[in-house]
Amino acid sequence: MQRFILGKKNQIALLGAVLIVIGFTGELGFQNEAVAVWSFAIASIIGVLPIAIQAYQALKVKVVSIEVLVTIAVMGAFFIKNLEESAIVTFLFLFGAFLEQRTLNKTRSAIKELTEMAPESALKQMENGEFAEVDVDEVDVGDILLVKTGAKIPVDGTVLSGEGYINEASITGESVTVAKEKGSGVYAGTILENGTLQIVADRVGEDTTFGKIIELVEEAQDSKSEAERVIDRFSKYYTPAVLVFAIVVWLFSRDIELAITLLVLGCPGALVIGVPVSNVAGIGNGARHGILLKGSEVIGDFSKVDTIVFDKTGTLTIGNPKVAGQAFYTENVEESLAYLASVEKESDHPLADAVVEHIGAPPLYPVEKTDVVKGGGIIAHANGHRVVVGNVALMEREKVHISEKARADIARFEENDSSLVLTAVDGDLKVLMGIRDQIRPGVKEVLQKLKRLGVKNLVVLSGDNQGTVDLVARELGLTEAHGHMLPEDKSAYIEELIAKGHIVAFVGDGVNDSPSLALAQIGIAMGGGTDVAIETSDVVLMNSDLSRLPHALGLTKATANNMRQNIFIAVGVVLVLLASVFLSEWMNMSIGMLAHEASILVVILNGMRLLRFKLRY
Amino acid sequence: MPKATIQLETLICPSCVQKIENATKSMDGVDKDSVKVLFNSSKVKFDFDKEKVSVADVEKAITALGYVVIKSQVK
Repeated sequence: MQRFILGKKNQIALLGAVLIVIGFTGELGFQNEAVAVWSFAIASIIGVLPIAIQAYQALKVKVVSIEVLVTIAVMGAFFIKNLEESAIVTFLFLFGAFLEQRTLNKTRSAIKELTEMAPESALKQMENGEFAEVDVDEVDVGDILLVKTGAKIPVDGTVLSGEGYINEASITGESVTVAKEKGSGVYAGTILENGTLQIVADRVGEDTTFGKIIELVEEAQDSKSEAERVIDRFSKYYTPAVLVFAIVVWLFSRDIELAITLLVLGCPGALVIGVPVSNVAGIGNGARHGILLKGSEVIGDFSKVDTIVFDKTGTLTIGNPKVAGQAFYTENVEESLAYLASVEKESDHPLADAVVEHIGAPPLYPVEKTDVVKGGGIIAHANGHRVVVGNVALMEREKVHISEKARADIARFEENDSSLVLTAVDGDLKVLMGIRDQIRPGVKEVLQKLKRLGVKNLVVLSGDNQGTVDLVARELGLTEAHGHMLPEDKSAYIEELIAKGHIVAFVGDGVNDSPSLALAQIGIAMGGGTDVAIETSDVVLMNSDLSRLPHALGLTKATANNMRQNIFIAVGVVLVLLASVFLSEWMNMSIGMLAHEASILVVILNGMRLLRFKLRY
Repeated sequence: MPKATIQLETLICPSCVQKIENATKSMDGVDKDSVKVLFNSSKVKFDFDKEKVSVADVEKAITALGYVVIKSQVK
């Protein structure tokens, strides 16, 4: 019976509306008191039923809920034969709840879309070798699965056979198709747009990257900031306090009408719902744009950020060094390059990769007696010649003569290049190469946007030499740049910034700079969906996309503002209502309820604006 | 201690959260400090003692308050 009534709340609200219209028509149109009285009475009684049931259930678990206040108020109004009011108040309360549900679902829609992308079934290879459709929960690590065109990848796995194109939007937030073949890693929740794949399950369920993202976002949307916890504690005592206050007023004034009006006006509606609504809409917007914000505390802190510290490698630069300049001190360039390429092929140093890539594919000589000099380079014999490849220090150690011309080139390269690779064959310097990391495209615009959003200090900390770091800083317009930094130097620097009163965000890749990520008030991980990044940071930019950073900052600012607006609206409405009970003639229960329900809708609609938030410049 | 997650039909009033929280906490065998009612995702999460209480008992208590349980999970 209880559940039947609660389930029919919307129909009851509709019936209430019809009865109220009949009541008013009877009263005003036909001067028929009896019709009016009966309509209002019936509307009040059926209307209060679901509210009273909820009030009773709340009291059973020792909660003085809004329903308790409203039920007492309606019964009071009924008792003093103010049927018109009791009917309108119950109707407004039920109708308000209906509208709240509809609009709240909208604010939660962005996150719901995300969770609904979770795969539900999989084609699993059974013992007889055939593939059968099973629930995704029944897939274990090591199972072999078949994925057909248009299907979702059910787990994180590795491709065993087949080829295909996968849309990884659910992981990276970017709708780009990625080619997959044997040996490629695939992620749960991504969609196979073309082709057929057989994969082996590496991680299943909540252990998959997608599972972790969902869990994180779900936790984030309900995480509470200090301000919210205060509101929660406050509202726990607020409703009982309103009840006590109304009783006291009644005892002193003997005015039932005033007492029950206070009960309705005192409802805290918009205050408790305002902040969670902004939170869920803001986090939802972020999730749609490949930005994971870990809760409202993060939103609050990030919105106040004034200093952003970058770890240069991999964030501002591509992390893929290229040869930017070269000089030769020999007639036979081709042969020298062939020696260089032959020896560098032996090394897996990033600079060596850049050199080999730059030279292309000349004839390779057999290489023997390879000796890697730590912090220097590599020495080897190619085709009988002793080839030394490395930095200036190695050349000096090997007593290679460096001519005046070469010294000038070295100085010139050092001025705008990061690293030098010198090549000597049989003790004579032949080739000099300058290798430089490239700045990521679009980074400059990103930093300008951040400045416009009010970030005062943009700092780069790097393990590279000061010259390289200065160059990047000049090119990008950073405010400070420090090179030769070890991880512990970086964290010490951040500690210093915080001690000076700055609100610091640290942007890193989340692998070797986790102390700094943890130390800064806001740790921003540029994780291509990696677990470490997701776990150690406060904000994750999916797909390592720095261009999301301004949107993230703008969004947190807008969300924090939105929360303040909602608190202001909620508190303002209650104060105005309470003041007008005592100061004005026109205030009554119905108007109070109307104002309350309206303010709840206003804060929800206000929160919903965040779903459409976009950076304007 | 096993962890339970109960998915409820969409919650709309924050006072529901308080009711469900109090009801769940009042059950013997549920670890009071672990009870979390998530308003936006409409979920109840808690740790419990298998000897004293079952997830079905908690579900029953929540249903008695008038909220619909969609599914539950224990791990």
